[in-house]
Amino acid sequence: MTGDWLDIGSVDQITPGNARTLPVLGGEEIAIFRTTSGDFHALVNRCPHKQGPLSQGIVHGGVVTCPLHNWNISLKTGEALGEDKGCVPVIPLKVDAGRIFLLRDAVIGKRAA
Amino acid sequence: MEFQIGTEPMAGSEAAIFVPSNDAREHLVVIGNGMAGCRAVEELLARDAGRYRVTIFGAEPHVNYNRIMLSPVLAGEKTFDEIIINDRTWYADNRIDLIVADPVIAIDRTAKTVTSQSGRTVAYDKLLIATGSDPFIIPVPGKDLPGVISFRDMKDVDAMLDAANRGGDAVVIGGGLLGLEAAQGLTLRGMKVTVLHIMPTLMERQLDEAAGWLLKSALEARGQTILTGADTAEICGDGKVEGVRLKDGTLIPASLVVMAVGIRPCVVLARAAGLDIGRGIKVDDHMVTSDPDVLAVGECVEHDGNVYGLVAPLWDMCRSLADGLTDRHTGYKGSVTSTKLKVAGLDVFSAGDFSGGEGCEDIVLRDASRGVYKRVVVKEDRVIGAVLYGDTADGGWYFDLLKRGENVADIRDLLIFGQAFASGGGALDPKAAVAALSDDAEICGCNGVSKGQVVACINAGACSLDAVRAGCKASASCGSCTGLVETILALTLGEDVQSGPKTMCKCTSFGHDDVRREIVAQGMTSIPEVMQKLHWSTPDGCSSCRPALNYYLLCALPGAYVDDQQSRFVNERMHANIQKDGTYSVVPRMWGGLTNPRELRAIADVVEKFNAPMVKVTGGQRLDIFGIKKEDLPAVWADLNAAGMVSGHAYGKSLRTVKTCVGSEWCRFGTQDSTGLGVKAERMTWGSWMPHKFKIAVSGCPRNCAEATIKDFGIVCVDSGYELHVGGNGGIHVRVTDLLCKVSTEQEALDYCAAFTQLYREEARYLERTAPWIERVGVDYVKARIVEDDAGREALRARFLFSQQFMQDDPWAERVAGEHAELHQHIAQVRPLETV
Repeated sequence: MTGDWLDIGSVDQITPGNARTLPVLGGEEIAIFRTTSGDFHALVNRCPHKQGPLSQGIVHGGVVTCPLHNWNISLKTGEALGEDKGCVPVIPLKVDAGRIFLLRDAVIGKRAA
Repeated sequence: MEFQIGTEPMAGSEAAIFVPSNDAREHLVVIGNGMAGCRAVEELLARDAGRYRVTIFGAEPHVNYNRIMLSPVLAGEKTFDEIIINDRTWYADNRIDLIVADPVIAIDRTAKTVTSQSGRTVAYDKLLIATGSDPFIIPVPGKDLPGVISFRDMKDVDAMLDAANRGGDAVVIGGGLLGLEAAQGLTLRGMKVTVLHIMPTLMERQLDEAAGWLLKSALEARGQTILTGADTAEICGDGKVEGVRLKDGTLIPASLVVMAVGIRPCVVLARAAGLDIGRGIKVDDHMVTSDPDVLAVGECVEHDGNVYGLVAPLWDMCRSLADGLTDRHTGYKGSVTSTKLKVAGLDVFSAGDFSGGEGCEDIVLRDASRGVYKRVVVKEDRVIGAVLYGDTADGGWYFDLLKRGENVADIRDLLIFGQAFASGGGALDPKAAVAALSDDAEICGCNGVSKGQVVACINAGACSLDAVRAGCKASASCGSCTGLVETILALTLGEDVQSGPKTMCKCTSFGHDDVRREIVAQGMTSIPEVMQKLHWSTPDGCSSCRPALNYYLLCALPGAYVDDQQSRFVNERMHANIQKDGTYSVVPRMWGGLTNPRELRAIADVVEKFNAPMVKVTGGQRLDIFGIKKEDLPAVWADLNAAGMVSGHAYGKSLRTVKTCVGSEWCRFGTQDSTGLGVKAERMTWGSWMPHKFKIAVSGCPRNCAEATIKDFGIVCVDSGYELHVGGNGGIHVRVTDLLCKVSTEQEALDYCAAFTQLYREEARYLERTAPWIERVGVDYVKARIVEDDAGREALRARFLFSQQFMQDDPWAERVAGEHAELHQHIAQVRPLETV
């Protein structure tokens, strides 16, 4: 067992400035981002505006721009930036020994009851 | 004696602005409509707007323009309109009589009148001579041949542009500031340029040997030939310039010779009027000549034994002059000058004395890898000179220390590292550096604006960069001080700064055109390099500038630039159109709208195999398959590829589709083979990335069934050939095309299409469709480039076709082969365990 954290893959599987997706059966898909400066973040893959897949947006600084209507979402807080209002859940993430871990409860908890 | 002024317009010209002259104020007549004359009037108006009635005579047929910005005009970086300092409204608003293209030829100091070439005689109470300087022409045989010009006014620039249009070789005599700027401009305009400099070091009055060498190497790397120690013997040619012969016998071919060896004060008029003349017109501290009613200012004067040929002293003189004319005599004390070379990508600064000598200490810093050379000369604990090459950010600070004669003993050890280090901490805080500048520190060298004036302008209500530029002209010319002005705005207003509307995005203070120009001028090859060199304020840009930079680099470096996937919008990264539910739609290319059973079968099979919920005929005459998941895209493409289909680029800022009607093959009205031509056009243009989407259509007759007149490029076939239309748009704002021209053969139609496409690719801003682009630049401009300029059209066409050889690999096939597989695959999946 992996304990409180789920090992979802190696850091090499996401190139800087990119995102990969993690479908959760019975729950909401998660997007894992790697910024150009090398930080990792995980958000529910759903823009608070019109549910656009954030994983497909352009990542710049600590922000992703939604591909549907260009809302800017903070990767750190999940909050919409600028004039837009809304928030997407953040999944706690840690990187250890080259592996990416997500907080198990946060991932599983997103599954529909 | 009564003199009538301005009661009738000059015959058949817009040469003069007239205002009613029946007022009793003292009359100030200004000879010279250049930078000094007009600046003097501006300073006067700022002090006491109503005091004098003003008449200005100009020899050139223009309003007041910024002469030092002629270099950017020559280089194609600015238009003439952009370097106008005061337009006609300014003269009218201030009720100034402007008489242009009519030089004053005589001054009668007894009658207190001046007489112009056209015979106009005007009386003055005060006369201001601002005749500037004349280029020095070296007295060698052939100096009067057609094709030998100087670099002094707009007329010279026009002559150079004219010569550059014909191509060939140019020789610039003189390796000083002006000569090098001329050489750079002519190089950018496509001429092969040789610079002849008689001294061993370029710009030897401003640069020391080391900096001169760096400059020479940099210019040679740009393709110029620089000959130092080159002494001109004669200019050869029979009836026109054909070459330059040096004293050592070398013959350099040239169809254009630019003489830029120096200038000398223009004192002919003043001398004839009997005023005291030395090297220039002698003036006192209030710019008054030997006649108390005659003043003089600018490059034509000699003050305290000094003659100046740079712009900064002129600002100081004009201030003192205006103070004197309004009875608050401050007095001009002479100027210390600094020099900045305005050649894009070459940062060169010098100030003060760096000739060395008794008691002088040199502090030198070299950074070869960055191409940086800095030298500060200190004497008795004071900065007396500085030469900077490659990094001139601290030029203003050194110059400020120099002018104020500040004691630098305490910061001597850190002096060479620049203001941020020397002011303590070592941390680079550009804000603190600007905050520490004194009020009279010069911010804008082009327009002579001090920090205090910028702050005053902001305090008077200017809250944005544009407002400051409009208000006090700081950073309105060459723009190199834009960052400083923005910092002053931030320091003065804090949060209340309004960003200007014209920058590319919030990450930069540059506009699209500036960025694009610099990418080419500096030969930049990657997005990080652009961001570094143009001082991006964010680490990796934003979703606005990244795609734009990616496109500009792609366009500038066909075949060499590696496309940055992280700077592509989702559709271009995924090569499909994202839909509101996060799935994609897929549109295979159907050349000219033609299809066949094999393609239709393959599409039908894909629709069934992947359970696509909808398939639809598009407006561009092809089929759109909806509801494909990103994971399935490569498999869908593999099946479509197998049937011979490639990407339709329905998702890109790129050539979309070529719509056709059936034409003469089937239609009883058809005049030409519109379908065949459409297929050829699509085969030629597909795959090309553009500033925005680009649609083509070909109609077989004027009934125009393919709707060619609302496309970016439309061809309407007629009996006698092909009408070519451009700039149409069927979107929110429907715009009908402009007729570009008519051609007689299919090949010409294709050639013009390629040239127009390339012009749009090279000059439109990112996300600007052809319609707004043409509205911005004017259809006449497009015609001038595509229709009237045969060589230019051919060059554009060749560049397009060159670029296309790298563009026509099917992106779908590349993905099918496994490229960027990670974009289509999940990193992992989470499934619940049945039992724990």
